[in-house]
Amino acid sequence: MTAFTATVTVRLKRGVLDPEAATTQRSLERLGFELDDLRSADVFELDLDAEDAEDAADRAEEMAERLLANPTIHDYDVAVAEQE
Amino acid sequence: MTIAVIQFGGSNCDRDSVQALEAMGFDAELVWHEDGLPDDTTGIMLPGGFSYGDYLRAGAMAARSPIMQDVREAAVDGTPVLGVCNGAQIGCESSLTPGAFTTNESARFQCEHVHLRVENADTPWTGQYEEGEVIELPIAHGEGRYEITDDRLEELEGDGRILFKYCDAEGEVSPEANPNGSKHAVAGVTGESDHVAVMMPHPERASLEDLDRTDGQPVLSGFAD
Repeated sequence: MTAFTATVTVRLKRGVLDPEAATTQRSLERLGFELDDLRSADVFELDLDAEDAEDAADRAEEMAERLLANPTIHDYDVAVAEQE
Repeated sequence: MTIAVIQFGGSNCDRDSVQALEAMGFDAELVWHEDGLPDDTTGIMLPGGFSYGDYLRAGAMAARSPIMQDVREAAVDGTPVLGVCNGAQIGCESSLTPGAFTTNESARFQCEHVHLRVENADTPWTGQYEEGEVIELPIAHGEGRYEITDDRLEELEGDGRILFKYCDAEGEVSPEANPNGSKHAVAGVTGESDHVAVMMPHPERASLEDLDRTDGQPVLSGFAD
């Protein structure tokens, strides 16, 4: 078994209104920054032991499907790296 | 017959719900989620509140509590299930009902009275209203904006699964009368069968005759069907 960190990033699907991101963007603009758009996302870092990277990714994906993301409104992606 | 009002950590409309149901003559009891459904359960209410601090998403944690498997099985067997506010979020998170309730368009907690138009008066929860009737109920939520794909929403509308829409006092649906930015102003929706339903407004907060309006009583009377 190898120690991996799986990073699951959960974000709203394109087209789903994100009022918190819009508010954050307005605040940045009030500070004088110029930007075209701002999207927010939740990032979960999962430390787990797995046979290989594929096994670690499969398990993280199942966690995203069953709890971390809501498929009605979210997309997610999973990245796996061996722990140093 | 007993209506089980399920308490999760952070539920806070549980006792109000029992009081409203009992005032209407129902036998209702508080059921802690870890204790499972009582054998004599003939109805299930998922009350409002802030279960698990709304961590991750409102309703996400409670929806994965083991009792929700019992609730889904009871629903399949025909037991009436009503989710209100946080209970509505739990209902959608547990796939009892379609769609999702997410952050209000205002990004603020909205606590106010709203008008609702009855969209389908042919369900256990709306059978005592007339289609198109305008009622008034309180809302109190930060994550009540109904989201679903356009195609799916059209299907739901075509199948009469929308119970209520936010509207003004005359029954007109408009962006101004939509308190949270819900798609098509949806305030309540049924599951695969209409004995399962969720709604963000609080019928139990408008059901006691000593306390102003009783527009919510007809919704709760759906447990009698």
